[in-house]
Amino acid sequence: MVLVNGIVVMFLAGGFFFTLVGTIGLLRFPDFYTRLHATGKCDTLGEGLIIVGLMIYHLFHYSETLLVPAKLLFLILFIFIANPTATHAIMKAAYLTGIKPWKLGEERR
Amino acid sequence: MEVGGGEKMKMGGKGFGILLTFCLMFLFWILLSGLFDAFHLISGVICCAIVALISHDLLVKGKGKKILLKSFRLILYIPWELGQIVLANIDVAYRVLHPKMPIDPRIIEFETSLRGDFALVTLANSITLTPGTITISVEPEKGKYWVHAIAKEPADALLVDQTMQKKVADVYMEW
Repeated sequence: MVLVNGIVVMFLAGGFFFTLVGTIGLLRFPDFYTRLHATGKCDTLGEGLIIVGLMIYHLFHYSETLLVPAKLLFLILFIFIANPTATHAIMKAAYLTGIKPWKLGEERR
Repeated sequence: MEVGGGEKMKMGGKGFGILLTFCLMFLFWILLSGLFDAFHLISGVICCAIVALISHDLLVKGKGKKILLKSFRLILYIPWELGQIVLANIDVAYRVLHPKMPIDPRIIEFETSLRGDFALVTLANSITLTPGTITISVEPEKGKYWVHAIAKEPADALLVDQTMQKKVADVYMEW
């Protein structure tokens, strides 16, 4: 059980790390497009890792029902489809609105 | 599995589409409800039948050929994609946490041989999930992509190596 809990903690910590990096990137990056790079990618993997951790925890501590891990698995699947699609939609909206991309050497906005 | 799909395809694309949609919907219903008494199963069958009849053409296009083979190839493609996602996140984490922030954003465009809806969406989402690139816009007629890259190396990976385009073209057999 200690081993299982250790693995779960590792997954949760990994998810926490990537979500944190996404937030730092949102604050540090210079313009709209590069900020989307940070949030769009790190959130996907961060949430995925957290949910995998929860799945392992549930499998070993409440092994009588497999339904909850299966539902969590579908949650990961839907996040992995929806997150890049939403990122792309926001990106396209910004591009069509005419926001100029930041180039190397310019002031941050 | 693929052979069975091929035989059903000969019987008529529309019926196969409805059947496939119904089976997927019903599996999902059972998964979400988790109750196996008569009332829940029967209401599930009725709901799934209605949904499958109305919206089967959203999931399975009538002329979709070799759909089971393509799904199988897509499942083989997903592990590689997952590895790329992890690499993408480490890459972004490095760029975020590096004191000098080594970024050099640019917009690139390139054409591919892909034409099918699923192929275009798969490549667009794969580009968004892999290191340092996000799809801005897609033009389905020419298979043309506009991509925002965060630095030079990820842009070159798409423009010069074209590993991802080749892999997606292999999955959907659209060279």
